[in-house]
Amino acid sequence: MVTLLNVVVLLAAPPLVLGVVNRTKAIVAGRRGPPLLQAYSDLAKLLRKGAVYSRTTSWVFRAGPVVGLAAVASAGLLLAMGGAPALVSFGGDFVLFAYLLGLARFATALAALDTGSPFEGMGAAREVTFASLAEPALFLCLLVLARATGALSLTGMLGPALPAAWGHAAPALVLAAIGLFVVALAENARIPVDDPNTHLELTMIHEVMVLDHGGPDLAFILYGASMKLLLFGAILSRLVLGHGQGALAGEVLFLAGILAFAVGVGLVESFMARLRMIRVPQLLVGASVLSAFALVLLLR
Amino acid sequence: MILALVLGAIALPAASGLAAVALARRPAAAQGTSCALLCAGAALGVAAAAAVLAGGRLEAPGLALRLDALGACFLLPISLVSGAGAVFGLRYHPQAQAGAAAVRVQLFYGLAVAGMALLVAASHAVVFLVGWEVMALSNFFLVLIEHDRREVQRAAFLYLAATHVGTLALFAVFALLRQAAGSYDLAAMAGLPAAAGVGTRVFLLALLGFGLKAGLMPLHFWLPPAHAAAPSHVSALMSGVVVKTGVYGLLRVTGLFDGIPAWWGLALLAAGAVSAVLGVALALAQHDLKRLLAYHTVENVGIIALGAGLALLGRARGEPALVLLGLGGAALHVLNHALFKSLLFLGVGAVQHATGTRELDRLGGLARGMRTTAALFTLGAAAIAGLPPLNGFVSEWLVYLGFLSTLGGRDGFSFTAAGAPLLALVGGLAAACFAKVVGVAFLGSPRSPEAARAHEAPAAMLAPMAALAAGCAAVGLLPAAVVQPLARAAAAWSRLPAAALAGPAEEAAASAARVSLVAAALVALVAVAWAVRRRRLAAHPAAAPVETWSCGFAAPTARIQYTGSSFAELLLQRFSWAVPVRADAAPPRGLFPGPASHRTHVPDPVLDEVLVPAARGYGWLSGRARLLNVRRIQLQMLLVLATLVAVLAWGFVW
Repeated sequence: MVTLLNVVVLLAAPPLVLGVVNRTKAIVAGRRGPPLLQAYSDLAKLLRKGAVYSRTTSWVFRAGPVVGLAAVASAGLLLAMGGAPALVSFGGDFVLFAYLLGLARFATALAALDTGSPFEGMGAAREVTFASLAEPALFLCLLVLARATGALSLTGMLGPALPAAWGHAAPALVLAAIGLFVVALAENARIPVDDPNTHLELTMIHEVMVLDHGGPDLAFILYGASMKLLLFGAILSRLVLGHGQGALAGEVLFLAGILAFAVGVGLVESFMARLRMIRVPQLLVGASVLSAFALVLLLR
Repeated sequence: MILALVLGAIALPAASGLAAVALARRPAAAQGTSCALLCAGAALGVAAAAAVLAGGRLEAPGLALRLDALGACFLLPISLVSGAGAVFGLRYHPQAQAGAAAVRVQLFYGLAVAGMALLVAASHAVVFLVGWEVMALSNFFLVLIEHDRREVQRAAFLYLAATHVGTLALFAVFALLRQAAGSYDLAAMAGLPAAAGVGTRVFLLALLGFGLKAGLMPLHFWLPPAHAAAPSHVSALMSGVVVKTGVYGLLRVTGLFDGIPAWWGLALLAAGAVSAVLGVALALAQHDLKRLLAYHTVENVGIIALGAGLALLGRARGEPALVLLGLGGAALHVLNHALFKSLLFLGVGAVQHATGTRELDRLGGLARGMRTTAALFTLGAAAIAGLPPLNGFVSEWLVYLGFLSTLGGRDGFSFTAAGAPLLALVGGLAAACFAKVVGVAFLGSPRSPEAARAHEAPAAMLAPMAALAAGCAAVGLLPAAVVQPLARAAAAWSRLPAAALAGPAEEAAASAARVSLVAAALVALVAVAWAVRRRRLAAHPAAAPVETWSCGFAAPTARIQYTGSSFAELLLQRFSWAVPVRADAAPPRGLFPGPASHRTHVPDPVLDEVLVPAARGYGWLSGRARLLNVRRIQLQMLLVLATLVAVLAWGFVW
């Protein structure tokens, strides 16, 4: 029953996270903004539409969104959502988690290159470049968690051992949480790395890769992207708020954490401009250095 | 029984080469016979390896043969890749057309395979060296197949020099071992104390000799030109398995010692880290497909060395779990890399066969003309990038687990865990590099008329590629099945009792079963999402295809696409300290610009930046020295006398 809840949250909640981010931005900017559930309507609309394909594209372009969504959803199986434990958990499962996100990226980048558009090639090049710099930062953050809690699975790292870890390793965990937040912003193509609302193809990263997708394909991409945002929110929520006692309290705490994460992303997006492209690697290397420092604090 | 299989796996490939020579008058029959003999030998080799990995053992001291689970881990890829390559060669390099060149390929290909099978089954140092030299020299002739091209001659000579330096070091290794153990029998050498001075000398010499063959950076310099020069199915053999014999030798020799010091492991970890990171960075910079794959071999050998280094560290610190994970990861990556790297090399062979070029920036859009090749190559690319649900992920994951298991320690060794983020960086870069290769070669629109005319490879070339791809998928989907054989290999290497490794092996198998659960979920989710998409699209009439959106640009051409060089440029800026990109640019000038051009070239940081200038300097110096003594006979006599006096004085003083 509780496990089922896990799946329901994973499948149903993602568009809501997107809604909260956009709502936050609208409120800060003094706009009314779209309804909280707008993303659900967008997905429903896209799923009802047909798709137009470029003559340059092959099966790779069509497989891209499908593989991308499936990979992100499989990664979701490894994370505990709310009060429920993760569906699958084993020592070193976070490696699989990171590599499944890598598979999603690989599929998206190939689909982008399949269009033969210079802009999409540019986006794919940027995406893989920044991702390969974000990857070490993500691993360093997770190593900090593993060392602090003595567990090697995501469930264990974000589970019952965490409160004690906050007791004896708070500075390192704070640094890791900051690093993880930066990685979350980069991996999800948010400001200050990428601007989801930009209208100039030359400056885009993620958005430009999906210019030629439409209909159900685009729906899969949007849904997968919001699910990825949820996954990072879930890790951060667990890390900062803990997992709560009992299924219900856990669920409430979890949703509160996700909401706080989404509001945080929205606030960053409202108060910051995106960085110049050339500064992005510095930001990611900075996140790595921060979490490496946290690891040194624990290992010394 | 196993003895017969092993003897067959050695003798049949050797005979296959001779058959090609004997029947040279009837080329088609000759190549068919030779391929059949090689495949039969490969089948026997697979059977022998499977029997040993399932718990069997071969001891034939009379024949100086012995096959344990460690050797079997290498015999398996040798057999699989050699068989696949031979079948591929039937259509790729047919003897009926290539004539004498194909006879040479058949002869030395068979001999190289026989040499490798002999050396992994050798129980006597001299037999090992015989197998080693047969393999090394056959490889020289294989590199030299297209001997009328200047760069091929250069690559072959460089290879020959490198391999002989390595062999020299190996002679010293085995002489020292003989001195310490009193016998050339490898079994008798087991259990030597590493702490004695001989241990350090043997380890360093083995690192040089075997590291040269394995292509560990900075000893990799001969590898990219040699692997690029040979025909593709031969490159597949060289990159897929020949370099692994270096890994085998290193493991075999380090496995002989007891009381291994921790710095052996750390040294191998350092070498592996340098090879992995710089190998993939250099690969990113390449635009010749075969050179690119060759640099990826350097990267993957680096990953294998990381695993082996962890295993050595595990021996030094008495941690069976680390031994299992490190050696298991290394041995599995040996097999995995053989599968996907030979798949990729055969794929490049198919591309070259279809288009006549392997220059990345002249390709594009091949996925339409060569659907199956493109699909198989993409699968191989995902596997080498370590993406689930394929085999590359499993072995890298084992190495990750090894790094993670050092994390809990309370001493400085827990810093070894920093290898995990490093491996993550390598994985990210490899994924970037293969997104570039697949994207630029197979996707988008053709960049040249040759690429536009590309045709699908014949079935005889696709079948071996499909078999290798199936192997990649099988290991990736069912990783739990390989854990027990890997534990046997770890036991054979470390001489730890099987009971000590049983606990960690059980744990790894349980985790691996969960990996396959997620892999199955991934495959199921892909199927579901694909079905949903089809149902949704079926509700609408298919819209006519349109041009790609180019931000309103009405006349896009294939030349506006991102090229391989432009794709990698952003990442290469991060590595400018190690990967020098030389650009030769003539930018457009003036109000009415004429033709413009931009060429980039990436010299190898070791070969072109260090060795060639050093050799040139040495040549200059020796030229000077010669001038000094030939000019006047009196001067020469004086030099001889002075040397004599100096030597005598040295003798008196000491």
